[in-house]
Amino acid sequence: MTDGATAHQVATEALSFADHLPALQVLLPLMGAPLCFLLRKETLASALTVVISFACLAISFSLLGQTMDGEVLVYEFGGWPRPFGIEYRVDITNAFVLVVVSLVAAVVFAAGPGQARRAIPVGREYLFYSAALLCLTGLLGVTITGDVFNVFVFMEISSLSSYILIALGRERRALMAAFSYLVMGTIGATFLLIGIGLMYQMTGTLNMVDMAVRLEAVSETRTILVAVAFVVVGISTKLAVFPLHQWLPNAYSQAPPIVSAFLAATATKVAYYLLIRFTLGLFGAALVFERIGVDTLLMPLSVLAMFMGSIAAIYQTDFKRLLAYSSIAQIGYMTLGLSLATEAGVAAGLIHLFNHALMKGALFLVAACVTWRMGATKIAMMRGLGQRMPLTMAALVASGLALVGVPGTAGFVSKWALVSAALEQDHLFLAFLIMASSVLAVVYIWRLVEVVYFAELDGEVERREAPLRLLVPTWILAGMTIWYGLFSDFSVDVAEAAAKQLFLGLGGGA
Amino acid sequence: MSPETANTAIVAALCLPLLGALGVQILGRFVSDNARDAWTVLIGLATFSQVLRLVGPVVDGARPSVALPDWMPGLGLGFEVEPLGLLFGLVASGLWILTSLYGFGYMRGHHEKNQTRFFTCFALAISAALGIAFAGDLVTLFLFYEILTFSTFPLVTHAGTEAAVKAGRLYLGILVSTSVLFLLLAILWTSTLADGLGFRPGGILEGRIEGGQATLLLLLFSNGIGKAALMPFHRWLPAAMVAPTPVSALLHAVAVVKAGVFSVLKVAVYVFGFDLLSTGGVSNLVAWIAAITILAASIRALTLDGFKPRLAYSTISQLSYIVLGAMLATGTAAMGAGLHILMHAIGKITLFFVAGAVYVVAHKDKVSQLDGLGRKMPFTFGAFCVASFSIIGLPPLGGAWSKWFLVTGAFEAGHFWLGTVFMVSSLLSIGYLMPIVVRAFFRPLPEGEEEGVADAPLLMLIPICTTALLCFVAFFYTDAVYDLLAPAFGLG
Repeated sequence: MTDGATAHQVATEALSFADHLPALQVLLPLMGAPLCFLLRKETLASALTVVISFACLAISFSLLGQTMDGEVLVYEFGGWPRPFGIEYRVDITNAFVLVVVSLVAAVVFAAGPGQARRAIPVGREYLFYSAALLCLTGLLGVTITGDVFNVFVFMEISSLSSYILIALGRERRALMAAFSYLVMGTIGATFLLIGIGLMYQMTGTLNMVDMAVRLEAVSETRTILVAVAFVVVGISTKLAVFPLHQWLPNAYSQAPPIVSAFLAATATKVAYYLLIRFTLGLFGAALVFERIGVDTLLMPLSVLAMFMGSIAAIYQTDFKRLLAYSSIAQIGYMTLGLSLATEAGVAAGLIHLFNHALMKGALFLVAACVTWRMGATKIAMMRGLGQRMPLTMAALVASGLALVGVPGTAGFVSKWALVSAALEQDHLFLAFLIMASSVLAVVYIWRLVEVVYFAELDGEVERREAPLRLLVPTWILAGMTIWYGLFSDFSVDVAEAAAKQLFLGLGGGA
Repeated sequence: MSPETANTAIVAALCLPLLGALGVQILGRFVSDNARDAWTVLIGLATFSQVLRLVGPVVDGARPSVALPDWMPGLGLGFEVEPLGLLFGLVASGLWILTSLYGFGYMRGHHEKNQTRFFTCFALAISAALGIAFAGDLVTLFLFYEILTFSTFPLVTHAGTEAAVKAGRLYLGILVSTSVLFLLLAILWTSTLADGLGFRPGGILEGRIEGGQATLLLLLFSNGIGKAALMPFHRWLPAAMVAPTPVSALLHAVAVVKAGVFSVLKVAVYVFGFDLLSTGGVSNLVAWIAAITILAASIRALTLDGFKPRLAYSTISQLSYIVLGAMLATGTAAMGAGLHILMHAIGKITLFFVAGAVYVVAHKDKVSQLDGLGRKMPFTFGAFCVASFSIIGLPPLGGAWSKWFLVTGAFEAGHFWLGTVFMVSSLLSIGYLMPIVVRAFFRPLPEGEEEGVADAPLLMLIPICTTALLCFVAFFYTDAVYDLLAPAFGLG
């Protein structure tokens, strides 16, 4: 009794500031959201948002540093051990996703000031920052938590706040886009909740690790098979897996560009993480792939997404809409990685998660720059922007090349990993399809380049670059797509270590 | 020379053109056209001298190399100079100097716009070509291959007209999609089979792949390297003829297309290896595709009236000599292919130079308009005649040697019919080149045209005569090139 008390005391005393980092990761933006609401003044709210997002970035890097060697950080809320309390559980995989989310958030929110002023009625900008921080809270929470019900709660937080953010778009159609996202998002979340309910019914626990251990015994029951179906479909809706992608083009193209940049680079990435976590971590590869064959379903759907998304992107007349359709194709690459059901495949998916976040973030920020100067993003209006906004358009080219997968850019690293993973399984034809779809990417990116650089112009053009506070974040992301194309050790090493750990399963790992 | 200095020569050769591009931009924008052009020549000379510095060590058997830190775990960016790459590097950087001189004459004589952009992209393209020449592994080769495609695009569309943009689209479309669809796939496939992607004498695939799969992989490589203009992916080359003639001369007769066939040859020698290629007829399919390309392109050239398009189809045909030489998989045939990289380069660049000079001086771009021009421009057409004989393969001109080795190589390998393809093609090349010479010298000028000598301006005439002279010189110094290349093909 005394021994236990002393031990507990020692444990509490030993908890230093660093040990609270997992909690702070989520609590900082969560506390920031109402603070923004109270501060009211736009300058203060935006400054606070930027400070918090950078703090989150620092925390996530520190967490990744601690988990790189395979260690798993467990943070018990209120000191309650599982299965009584909620715990946060950080391993390489979610630390990696945390870095991606907070990195994009920090860069994009730094570009935020001024953007909000254009999108929102004067005097109510603070609401934008509140919603943005809440959305960040939700996304980080989904990623970090080790409790399945907690996943659902945070997912709802992020979804609800993203509906608000999308509805802030300047055109009235933004409301419709937000609404259809809301309907699809709610259906997806409900499916996930039903799946979680069924899993809870069979295992009696909500903690991921406990659940994974107990699921092994009941994995053959029909209830769990149904649960897998609900969970996979629910998350796929959020992830915009073909053919559940209908909400995405409208949502991304109608939202204010800065919001599109944030959501495109984070929301689907977190959903992808969830899909991996539930399939590999909770249900286990044996059940999901060998017993049910989710991979045999996911593979053709991914290939269809790659082609339909890219083909649709070729025919778009609006830059942001083009990017949105390209996102659907790129998500196809990620799910294709998972559908290979191998370590190399999942690693390729995770590498692309990171790289795609960088390049799509950069491209949507370019869209923000274009909107700033031109007022809209119709491709026809972008004629000759290469001379008017040379730096912005150079960022477009850099990240566009990455999207295509030109060597020396991050996209090449992704493609290399993905095709190698496919060839490892002797899927020569699949490898060919991946290449063919990247030729389609060449087409839609080249269309932009031609309009921007090679269109005939009448008369002199005046050079009017986007403001620095937009241009610098754009180039940070665009520069990173090049940097991580040339020095990809970081993304590749982390993704490979994460994939290795994922295939051990949560039950085996703990 | 110590190995370290040889290694710095590689870096210098790659970086000097980049420095050149930067200087061209600055001088062209802020100083004067003359300063810009002088700078280009200076950089050209400096680059060539750096490549020359590599000759000594490579002949001595050294393989100077530079490795950059890994950019993906297990995938580094590296350069290694071996004989074949050195030859290509010498050809590209040496002819760059002459083409620059010619380019000044052409661009000024023709009052072209955007000359600064033109010479900038030119320098970038040369850097990329040298990157291909010195690439130490397939990934590095692929990287520079793509850079070369993109850096030449503004050159192809230089005119900015609707037709130029359309041709540019075809150019980029074919080159990028074949490289991504087939070449990259082939490289990735190779990476799963072999240990590493570095080039090794004897090949890295020996014993790892065989039969139909090996043929498929070879087909992916040879069609993926669209710059080799193997049918049916040859259409970009005639399309690229909308570019100003210096571009057609250096890039589409030398640097770009030779980068293509050089890559094919390199893949055949250092990735597959002769043993693998000749076992079970692995290379037969690609060899026959090359043979068909040789004949079909020659026949097409016969039918064309456009001066540059006719030369373009002649190029397609001649490029496949090199591909076919590589596919024959014997030391002799490969030697022929290697020599042909050099011989065809100096011959064909002369022909294009002449076509451009005729266009600038007489504003003629059709074969049927050339009647009697030989008497007006004797030096220009004299050079044309010499270079034509070299392309046809008549002694005492360089082209005779490469054809000699190619044909004996084919017979050595036991491919009688492929050997005859070379012969038939020689006849066809007489058919499409000689009428030009005959028309220029032996037909009278059409009525209303003024008699009298009006040869090309000196800036153009000097390079024309130099390259024509080189065709002669090459015949007598072939043994030096042979000795350089011999170790690469096991003929040492």
